[in-house]
Amino acid sequence: MVNKPIFRHSLIIPHLKMKLSRAEYKEIVRWTEQLRPTRQCMKMLKDRFPNHSQSTLLSIFSLEYQKRTKRIIARHHAPDVIESHYRRYLSEATAHPSAPVLLELANEVDLSPALMARIILDRFLQDQEGGMPSKSVLNSMLKEPSLIPNQTLAKNVYQCTVNDCCYGPLVDCIKHAIGQEHEVLLCDKLKEKNLSFLDENQLRAKGYDKTPDIILEVPVAVEGHIVHWIESKASFGDDHSHRTYLNEQFWSYWNRTKSGNSRHGGSMLRCKGHPPPPPFCVAFGPRQERPRKSVISRPQERD
Amino acid sequence: MAALLESLLARKVDLSKVLDWLKNIQQDSNSLTFSDPESTVSKQEFIPFLLNFLRDQSSQALTHGPSTPAKTPRPTATAQGPAERRAGRSAGGGGRSGSRVQLFSPAASSGSESGLSHLSSPSFSTGWSPASRPSGSERRPSQRISLGDFVMSSPELQKGRRRTGNGAGRHAGGGRAAYHPDDNGRRTGRGGALGGASEQVSPPSAGPLNFNNLEEFPPVGSSPVTPPESKPSRRINPTPVSGERSHSKPKTCFTSTPFTEAPSPTPAGTERPDRWVTAASPDSLIEERELLKREKCKRAQQTCSPPPASEDPHTPTKSGLGRLDSKMTPEQQAPCPDPSNVTLTSELDVLAELYCACISDNQVPNVFVELFFAMQLLTSQSRPPDDGEEEERVCPLNTNVLERRYLKNVHNCVYFAVKVLEHQHQLLAHLDKCTLRLLAENERVASFSPLLRDRLTRAQDGRTAKRSPSVSTFIHSVPFQPATDNRSNFGSDKAFHTFKKQRDIFYEVLREWEDFHKEPGWNFDVTLGSRIRGMMSQLTAAGNHSHFSRLFLKQLVQMCKGPRANGPTGDNPDLLGMLGADGLGRLKRLEERLIQPHGIGGPCPPPSFPGHQEFFRDFLQAASCCQLNQHLQDSLCQQLLQLDEVSILTPVGEQEDGEEAAGDGDLEQQDEKQRFASVLLLARLLAKFLGFISFLPYRTTEKPSREIQEAAVALRSKSIPVLDVCGVLRNSVKRRRTILTVPWLVEFLSMLDFSGPLLPTYRVVLGTLCLLYRKIIPGRCSETSYLNRLLIVSVLGWLFQIPVIPEELFFTSDFTKVAELEESDADAAGLDCIPLVDQQLLYTCCPFLDEFRKLLAAFVSGSSAKGGGIVRKITPTSAEPRDVAGGGGARSQQKLQADLEQAFFHNQPPSLRRTVEFVAERVGSNAVKHMKATLVSELVDRGDKMLRDGLESPKADPSKLNESICAQLCEAGLEALSRATRFCCEKSPEAIRILLPDDTAPAVLSTSENITIHLATEKACSWLSANITALVRREWKCRYERLVKTLTADSADESGPPLTPKRTQGGARVTSCPPYCTHAASLPSDVLIAIKDLLSVAVRPRTDEELPTGSQLQKLFRQVRDTLGCKKFLTAVSEQMLLNATVLLACQLVSAELPLAPLLGGAESEPSVRALLEQLSELWEQDDCRSAPLHLLFTPLTITAVLEAGDNEWNNYLYVVRRLVDRGLLSDDELVSHWTKLSKQSLPAELKEKFGDSSASCQVDLLQLSKQTLEGAT
Repeated sequence: MVNKPIFRHSLIIPHLKMKLSRAEYKEIVRWTEQLRPTRQCMKMLKDRFPNHSQSTLLSIFSLEYQKRTKRIIARHHAPDVIESHYRRYLSEATAHPSAPVLLELANEVDLSPALMARIILDRFLQDQEGGMPSKSVLNSMLKEPSLIPNQTLAKNVYQCTVNDCCYGPLVDCIKHAIGQEHEVLLCDKLKEKNLSFLDENQLRAKGYDKTPDIILEVPVAVEGHIVHWIESKASFGDDHSHRTYLNEQFWSYWNRTKSGNSRHGGSMLRCKGHPPPPPFCVAFGPRQERPRKSVISRPQERD
Repeated sequence: MAALLESLLARKVDLSKVLDWLKNIQQDSNSLTFSDPESTVSKQEFIPFLLNFLRDQSSQALTHGPSTPAKTPRPTATAQGPAERRAGRSAGGGGRSGSRVQLFSPAASSGSESGLSHLSSPSFSTGWSPASRPSGSERRPSQRISLGDFVMSSPELQKGRRRTGNGAGRHAGGGRAAYHPDDNGRRTGRGGALGGASEQVSPPSAGPLNFNNLEEFPPVGSSPVTPPESKPSRRINPTPVSGERSHSKPKTCFTSTPFTEAPSPTPAGTERPDRWVTAASPDSLIEERELLKREKCKRAQQTCSPPPASEDPHTPTKSGLGRLDSKMTPEQQAPCPDPSNVTLTSELDVLAELYCACISDNQVPNVFVELFFAMQLLTSQSRPPDDGEEEERVCPLNTNVLERRYLKNVHNCVYFAVKVLEHQHQLLAHLDKCTLRLLAENERVASFSPLLRDRLTRAQDGRTAKRSPSVSTFIHSVPFQPATDNRSNFGSDKAFHTFKKQRDIFYEVLREWEDFHKEPGWNFDVTLGSRIRGMMSQLTAAGNHSHFSRLFLKQLVQMCKGPRANGPTGDNPDLLGMLGADGLGRLKRLEERLIQPHGIGGPCPPPSFPGHQEFFRDFLQAASCCQLNQHLQDSLCQQLLQLDEVSILTPVGEQEDGEEAAGDGDLEQQDEKQRFASVLLLARLLAKFLGFISFLPYRTTEKPSREIQEAAVALRSKSIPVLDVCGVLRNSVKRRRTILTVPWLVEFLSMLDFSGPLLPTYRVVLGTLCLLYRKIIPGRCSETSYLNRLLIVSVLGWLFQIPVIPEELFFTSDFTKVAELEESDADAAGLDCIPLVDQQLLYTCCPFLDEFRKLLAAFVSGSSAKGGGIVRKITPTSAEPRDVAGGGGARSQQKLQADLEQAFFHNQPPSLRRTVEFVAERVGSNAVKHMKATLVSELVDRGDKMLRDGLESPKADPSKLNESICAQLCEAGLEALSRATRFCCEKSPEAIRILLPDDTAPAVLSTSENITIHLATEKACSWLSANITALVRREWKCRYERLVKTLTADSADESGPPLTPKRTQGGARVTSCPPYCTHAASLPSDVLIAIKDLLSVAVRPRTDEELPTGSQLQKLFRQVRDTLGCKKFLTAVSEQMLLNATVLLACQLVSAELPLAPLLGGAESEPSVRALLEQLSELWEQDDCRSAPLHLLFTPLTITAVLEAGDNEWNNYLYVVRRLVDRGLLSDDELVSHWTKLSKQSLPAELKEKFGDSSASCQVDLLQLSKQTLEGAT
């Protein structure tokens, strides 16, 4: 009789298979560099890479675009720049009340339309109210432009937020939904594989302050690495964001899930050159040791 | 030093500044510069000076009980009468010739028997103690002789003095003066006088005085040559001189139970006027008294002074008291201490502040010694009231603040003591309940500080842990273990058989020792020595040492490991066994009350081998077999290091207030605590014996001279010590395991020989421990539990006081300069962070803490004569009648069962016992968990229902209801006991059957099962009966709060203004899918992406190709409906966003911002805009969609777009609105309010006009609508 191992030493979860090679990823990134975050550009991207789903491409694009924005955003926040944007908007809006002046302005200066809308709205409210508008007012107006007292501006802001595929309340909500969906999918897959686990809500009920999405009650081995917890991220797991997450989130799981007398300590994670994968990264970690390697992969698309 | 204290008392220096200086632990602030730059004081000098100053001050008051054996280097007198000093302690610091001479010589010169009375006038002759009163008036001060003179004149001490080198110089130069360089001028006269006196009192004749008994008077006092300013001499630890011991072989400080060997019966008819009588038995001093008398005569002749009228010693020896003061009545004693009679209050406050600062910051070598001193002051004896006055009269011009007698009378003493105790109330609160009660009931505490009394009373309530006496097991021998003891483990048949014989001899010797060692005149070596040595030679012949050492150690552990084995167990286990556990505890307590108050030993007894340990020590000494010792050393080392590594788990969710909630801990927590206690006690036992064996070759009964010591150190420092103590300690500090390591290390080090501490290794270890001691301040760092820290402080303090440890350890940097205390690993979650120590363990490890209780109890018994008897009387019961009676029979039956159980395990392989205990433990624990999961949750559910039912009645009061339900639930919770019993009965046999080997005999199996059931049930039930109520209460409270919250929220909803009744009803989010949902709907994110695309097409820029067709939209809306129906992937956020998006889409559709793609090729089936809008309003009607933000349809933006688009769109718009009203999605009121709001908006003029027209017609429309609905309704 063959001895059956107690622990699973191999685990294949289909939707965790990697589907994107590093070369392909780089190609997509290169393409996104000159794109604007608009529907039209997304369509171009989709046409160029028909093998990848819209959400994959959107995620990569979104991430790259966010990086790009981080580099330039400070420039647009300078008071004189804001002022000049605002003046330009006012003059053009009076000249062409029905034209998408704000959107065009954003595209012209290569700023995300939603962010441009935010800047202009902020400036506008300052004029209206005489002081700095509160963040919550600003956010609610961006979410529901009909609250904006000026109709032309409301229309322009709405145009910008709806057209932006990387920023804006609608996009944020879509990202949130994607994250949630993939957590549910992950749980489904684990159940399918008969793995016993505790999800975030159960962990929180047990009093963990910061939890990964999943803690496996019985650890499994994936590609020779012991996996004790899984964190599913609703964003694309490129090298940079992966590192950031490690620093901000994963270590704290590790600190919390290790047991009292752990002897390990010290060394930093060796983030191996894993192929940068498609969106929805899943990080695995062993329980009582530092996660030696993170496996990042994307969930299989449904149907 | 003196100057500093002087300035403080004279208020020349700010007290707070000095307190800060004392509290500041940094090295750089070690010395304080005050008043002028030249008078710099170092802490190392000031603190011992302060301590000694207080001792000196109190010397007159403190005449009872054992000395406060502060090993504080002392320049001047101790607090004690000489007899007590001798009686109280063994070797101690007794042999410090320098200090000893100084202690007593002032008495000789000033003519008062009190060591400190030189501070007062020579005419102060009445004596302070009742004992001296009858004859005191007849005496001339100059004729007074104190024991001190003889002590000093003893040839042994002469030798000691010579050895110390500077000893004579020190007292010749005026020991005290040497300590006060700054006030030397003032003191020179006195110093000279002292010196003269001491030179004078050196009679050449040795006399028959038994001071050459080196164990009683070891000349330890060879103080290293250090400048006198920084190197004070050592305090004397008085030695008990017992009659019995004078017959025994020369003993060392390794004595066993020196204080309680002979209980002292009070002579009949003698009223005990004081507590000092209790230090030792009167008999034990007969010989000494005789010697003293003779010495006195001799000395009187020598000094050519007339012989004293009475030869009775004036110092209150107990026998002297017994005889002299038999007529002394309580009435003759001084009145009670009275707060109103306290003088020099502010100075006393300053002193108390200073003193407490030292104690609180661990600046004193032993915190408990100081506490004991305070309690001694508290219980100090009343002096005749006229004394103080007389003194005042005599010394009115006592200008030197240091010479004023702050503690001159009992009022002041008690005032000071209570002040100190008040400061240290936190420390006090951790003493045992009995001590706290005695202290709280002490009338002096009550009259001086009601606050302290209240605190103590409160602390008492918190102390739940009792010191339960554990029953000793009757099986003493180590069972035969095939794995190690059978033939195959021996080299030859002969060796095997020899070992068998040796085993028998060993037990024979042990039994004989047990039977006879208490009998007078019995001598271990004489009786058993030859037999043991014979056995050893056989061992050597057979090479069986390893086997024997294993047996020896196992036996040692078996007999001595239990906590009770540490205490003086003089009882006969068989007799006590008859009483059963319950009766045994009572008998024990009775015995303690009857005997122990007389055995006050002070808070620092020397290391001892109590109980059976004495046998093992004597055995090793008698055997003196180096092979055996080596084997023992090896295995002791190994076992110790293994124990030191033991891991104790922190249970998850460790409660921080573990001390307070000791009984509330989880089962696992309690187990871990117990395990720790057992490991700690075992490690301490092993360490003590390892130390004993390791230092046995170097042990000397007296401290060797400095030269010999130096030579020995030079020689011995070359070889490797048996245990890498430095490494162990360093590692332990680093890993935060000091709570385990330090106590056993202390036991090991307490066995050091005199030269040992000077070896480099031990120097470092002692220095490190010293640093550790100063760092671990119980009241300060909150990181570890208070009792953990207290245990460490307590054992370390004890170590610093035992004779072999050099007194310069604490107050010089000789040791600490070589040591360093590494920072512990901040990440390491070691044992120190877990509250492992409870009071029982603390008292087991530090039995001397019990001295507080004894001291107070002795005070009570002493004051009872006067106060009318606070002593609780216990009616003694005898064992036999109870045995005859039915109850007693049952009890002995119980005991027999327990014994049978032990016997059963004894004959079975040890694995059986392990299995049974393990299974019982697990099943018991599971039973508790099972109860938590089943019964408790059932109960809480039941309570839930009861509460809901109860609240239905109109007059229900939730909080009252809560109480009654809670009471009912708790009562029902008691069912847990029977349920847990059932659980254990069911589960235990299964597990046992599986775990025991197949060939286990059926009877053994069933017995094991039954024992397991019994143990598991006991475990579960004891936990449950203690905790189930609390558990039910807690769970119920949780549920109750939640329930009340939801119920009130509901009722608030109901009572709120029902503006839009339909919407609020549907407002609650549905969170589960409908039954049979296949979760096949599109993902919310996908739908959102699609809608977002459409919206962005709508708001432009766009191309015509991008426009959707009607059927595409229809399909999308269906998708939306399905997605909203399946809750699996939906969150509140995405759901709301979806609804939001549909309304926005409707706005775009109705205003034709999003026109449908033109029909191509006459596809007739394409739905119209109206149809799509109808579809949407259907969608919103669903339960899931009640929170759709329909108000977006009425924003100016939408209206403008609609009005701008044309009439067709306007009609569509009206259509939608009507549909919404029809479907009840929009109430008339809402509609009107939207309308009114809109008409106020600043719309472009032309549009406004149009809107106004239409709205008029629309309103008519709407009114008609509402009319119709009204009519329909009626």
